[in-house]
Amino acid sequence: MYPSRFRYEAPDTVEEAIELLRLGDGEAKVLAGGQSLLPMMKLRFASPALLVDINNIPDLTYHRADADGTFRIGALCRHAHLEKSKDLGETQPTIAAAAPLVADPIVRTRGTFVGSVCHADPQGDWASVMIALGGSVIAQGPGGRRTIPVADFVSGPFQTVLSYDELAIEAVVPAPEGIRAGGYLKLERRVGDFATAGVAVSLELSGSSVVRAGIGLTGVGSSTINAAEAALSLVGGHLEADGIAHAAELAAAASQPRSDHRGSAAYKRHIVSTFVTRILMNLRSAQQEVA
Amino acid sequence: MTVDEIKIGGLGASRRRVEDNRFIRGAGNYVDDITLPGMLHMEILRSPLAHARIKSIDVSGAWAIPGVRLVMTGEMMAARNLAWMPTLSYDTQAVLATDKVRFQGQEVVCVIADDPYIAKDGCEAVIVDYEPLPPIVNPEQSMAEGAPVIRDDKENQHDNVVFDWEVGDKDGTDRAFADADLVSDMELHYPRSHPSPIETCGSIADFDRSTSKLTVYMTTQAPHIIRAAVALVAELPEHMIRIVSPDLGGGFGNKVPVYPGYVASILASILLERPVKWIEDKTGNLISTGFGRDVYLRGQMALRKDGKILGVRMHTDSDHGAFFSDAQPSKFKIGLMHSAFACYDIPAAHLTSRGFYTNKAPGGVAYRCSFRVTEAMFFQERMVQAAADDLGMDQAEFRRVNFVRDDDFPHRTAFGFLTDSGQYGKCLDIGLEAIGYENFLKEKEEAKKNGRLLGIGISTMTEPLGAGNSREYDILGIKMFDSAELRVHMSGKAILRTGAKSQGQGHETTWAQIVAHELGIPAEDIVVEEGDTDTAPFGMGTYASRSTPVAGAAVSMVARKIRAKARKIAAHLLEVSEEDIDWELGRFFVRSSPDLGVTIQECANAAYTNMPDGMEPGLENNAYYDPPNLTWPFACYISTVEIDPLTGVWDVLHMVAVDDCGVRINPMIVEGQIMGGLTEAYAMASMQFITFDEEGNCVGSNYMDYLLPTAWETPGFELHEVVTPCPHHPIGAKGIGECATVGGPAAFVNAVMDALKGSGVRNIDMPLLPDRVHAALTEGRDISGAPPVRTDS
Amino acid sequence: MTSLFAEVAPDPSSEVSVRRITLKVNGEQRTVDVEPRLLLAHLIRQGLKLTGTHTGCDTTNCGACTVLYDGLPVKSCTMLAVQTDGHEVTTVEGLASASELHPIQEGFKDEHGLQCGFCTPGMMLSAKALLEENPDPTEDDVRWALSGNLCRCTGYQNIVKAVLWAAAKMRDQAPASDTEAEEGEAS
Repeated sequence: MYPSRFRYEAPDTVEEAIELLRLGDGEAKVLAGGQSLLPMMKLRFASPALLVDINNIPDLTYHRADADGTFRIGALCRHAHLEKSKDLGETQPTIAAAAPLVADPIVRTRGTFVGSVCHADPQGDWASVMIALGGSVIAQGPGGRRTIPVADFVSGPFQTVLSYDELAIEAVVPAPEGIRAGGYLKLERRVGDFATAGVAVSLELSGSSVVRAGIGLTGVGSSTINAAEAALSLVGGHLEADGIAHAAELAAAASQPRSDHRGSAAYKRHIVSTFVTRILMNLRSAQQEVA
Repeated sequence: MTVDEIKIGGLGASRRRVEDNRFIRGAGNYVDDITLPGMLHMEILRSPLAHARIKSIDVSGAWAIPGVRLVMTGEMMAARNLAWMPTLSYDTQAVLATDKVRFQGQEVVCVIADDPYIAKDGCEAVIVDYEPLPPIVNPEQSMAEGAPVIRDDKENQHDNVVFDWEVGDKDGTDRAFADADLVSDMELHYPRSHPSPIETCGSIADFDRSTSKLTVYMTTQAPHIIRAAVALVAELPEHMIRIVSPDLGGGFGNKVPVYPGYVASILASILLERPVKWIEDKTGNLISTGFGRDVYLRGQMALRKDGKILGVRMHTDSDHGAFFSDAQPSKFKIGLMHSAFACYDIPAAHLTSRGFYTNKAPGGVAYRCSFRVTEAMFFQERMVQAAADDLGMDQAEFRRVNFVRDDDFPHRTAFGFLTDSGQYGKCLDIGLEAIGYENFLKEKEEAKKNGRLLGIGISTMTEPLGAGNSREYDILGIKMFDSAELRVHMSGKAILRTGAKSQGQGHETTWAQIVAHELGIPAEDIVVEEGDTDTAPFGMGTYASRSTPVAGAAVSMVARKIRAKARKIAAHLLEVSEEDIDWELGRFFVRSSPDLGVTIQECANAAYTNMPDGMEPGLENNAYYDPPNLTWPFACYISTVEIDPLTGVWDVLHMVAVDDCGVRINPMIVEGQIMGGLTEAYAMASMQFITFDEEGNCVGSNYMDYLLPTAWETPGFELHEVVTPCPHHPIGAKGIGECATVGGPAAFVNAVMDALKGSGVRNIDMPLLPDRVHAALTEGRDISGAPPVRTDS
Repeated sequence: MTSLFAEVAPDPSSEVSVRRITLKVNGEQRTVDVEPRLLLAHLIRQGLKLTGTHTGCDTTNCGACTVLYDGLPVKSCTMLAVQTDGHEVTTVEGLASASELHPIQEGFKDEHGLQCGFCTPGMMLSAKALLEENPDPTEDDVRWALSGNLCRCTGYQNIVKAVLWAAAKMRDQAPASDTEAEEGEAS
């Protein structure tokens, strides 16, 4: 309940923040939403020597679509901003489906999308969504900026490829090649629980043909799982029952869950398969309604 | 002119609560809200291991931290004879570990510092060297050949058995089984659960050297028991100990036992001559304080083919953790487990029961259990459901065949209890009507054809509330009466103090309603106080739903004593003899001239200004109530559910509760208690559990793992009432606080099991988490025990 | 506060570094020196002596510590006091005006939305934030908005009724607007 002592800085610019991280020499942590970091510090699972609080840095709370369709989420965009954004249901359906399921309503007012991805919790929802969307993280360091595809971003449970002196300033979702469709389903025993299993699906459609697909899995591996083979199996075809069942099977096979008090590995794989099927069948029904 | 009882807030008024006025303003006075001058803060370092010898403790790092004032170890406490303390069940419990640690989370070192942050820093700086020992994590391991003896500190303990107990008629039961047409059986584990009020336990001990008086502000549901225990443990005289229990953020039985933290804070205050505050964190609360349940139950029911139950056999193996520390009536080792089946007219029954030590937190009797009655009634209704199914009988019909009849009270049960009154069939009828029983059964069949799984579960029970009569009930030898003291002031306003202690039940509101009922003084004119042993009359506290039955009765009795004296004053004021006086609410009047009367307020005034000759002035009295029997409310809970066959997730479609708790003092508050209890029932049925891996590591020691339902998961409840007054209670009331927690879980579990009927599953142990329901359904097998922490499959 | 007396640590070298922050609490400007590690909940309770905000867990689950931070509900146990520099915090003590209870407080009392009272301040502040955003919530809306606040006593049903009671009262009291006709139908 009581963190150990640390130094605290609240810079006003990204450059200052990066300089503080550099000087911190690996002993500093970034404080954005703090809804994952502070709980760890309160239990003394984490005891950084320095906290760099980026909440005073202006112009980071945005989420917006560029003219070319690229979607950008700033480092301080809170889960609640995405949850309450009315247009996202249409333009970013996977994000809109996942947003209400992250943590609980109060945590969502502080926690950030980018911070959650950087936390790299295998049971984090946003990393799966980013995998499904083929997104990237833009990191800025003393040497400048780099764009890291999210598939390369997470290197293990709670580990990313960010250098100690880099700050993740934006998450980017590339412009779609077709019309976006997608969903997110999560089996949690109650609001605020970590996922027993979660599935993020993103499709891009041209007419009724799938031109791009991505599937990310939450909570069924030592880090977020990219069910690439399952997603690929949908590309170039139409949504129909056999193809959906095949994708669901591939997704289940791609997951590497552990048996624990949330359920057996077999059960979790079954949930992955069930959720992939449900999301895709719902999208198929929605397609048929429009047609 | 008599006053309108509802208007003055008497019985039956849904009076809005007095205590709310401070709570809604954030002006409650919980233990952690209290600051005393010079106060220090204590944190506890707990054992990471379930069973280990302590080789050494190095506290030098803690002492070196600026702001640390005192570091206490078991060795220090042993030098003062305080390393061990007696429990409320005649066992002993370590205050701070000396030789061994016996459960993960056990208290090892205390650090007292200027603020809790520094105290925590101090704990982190202590180095303890442990030598791990093989842990025992369930009764099966406790009783195994060659199992290590956990309580090797006790001279005559050579195994891990806490007790071996039986009750009932073995021979009669055996004969009943010999005559049976069919025998049904049931075996289940009621998992370890924890009351987990949102507020954790804590104390502020303040020993004042100048007066030699010890004051302890404490989260306790039973301040007088604590005072007696502290006098024993700390060897301080009883009159120099003051226990103050202020506002409590929930209790549910968690705040009855004496905890090491309390004792440690007291010693620290004595040594430092400064107030010492200890507020445990949620992990400390979940991992070390009084849990509930963790009982293995099995039994058989001897049945006649027309559905009549001829006899019941039950056996329980209970897991008590490392110390037998429960607060329960001392004569009954497994509490009131033998109240099982009390609502059914069963001629013969026999219960055997064993308790075991394990390397887990001590406890078992807590969490709104009415002394193990939650386990009893859950087993009862699971057994009843199975029996009805085995016979191919309708669930409601089977119960009706066996219910104790309305005209059969008082009824002696096969286990020797005397149930007082009830209209069981009527409650069942109302429940079935409200849930739409016949229609639902049809709907269920239709749905099945479409692959949908619907189920309905019934749970009916009567339970013993209001411990209890002095012949049979005591804790540590102290009889379980309760008390009330009432002083009416000159203006007719009054102050009432009782030996109970509300943790949210609304006593400040409801006790005044009883006085209003007896005396016609408006409830708002009566201030109610509880919890300070310097001022409150001796009582055994509030738990096991005993307060309305016992303390409430004492309130009624003391008010009647006041009325008896006021009658004499009235006679004096009206210048007639007492025999010519009659009473209507709030007023005495001359029988032959009803217009001639005096109000109760006028009598109160006269007690100070115009007493009859020879009468002692003042208008106050007290009452200590030794209840003649327990009270026996009845409940019928029915729930309908639908299971998603692909995920095992189940949703409650409709939940109906019919409660008969006799006369309701405040219907709004009674309903609040029922809804709270139903939510605990839903929580246990669906998601709540504490479990351990093979090393004794606890899963469920924080709110990430110990799942409490939120407003989103919790279903809505439809409540109905029946009123069968208690024949022996002064205002006809029965207990109610725990009924829904006791009877509720079976309604949910029976509903899920009903939905799974035909799939080859006889039992799924709680919690009925989606993966467990799914496994049972798809594999056609029972699911036993708590969720395994890790499996290899 | 008085400048007549303030105790100083006996050994200056043992002094820990603190940060001076200025925040508005229930409308009042406060300036305090805090260690960076001090949690906001503890600043509120021990520092500012506003004990209506409670702490009930150590894993950011229970919500008993909920306060409004620039009008939005946050779990004050999972924020640092230093993060309130230049910001506004509303606690339960700031709900009532000098003369009146907030309709939410009235609703909780009238509908028996509390028993032990420990979760209540957090519940009411979450409810306040909900009603500011959605003055006419459904029961589901209320349950969803409060799903970050745990209660062990009430079973939530009366809490929901309390919030809906308050919503109705607040709509009645709202200044006349174009949507008055719709509101008249709804209430």
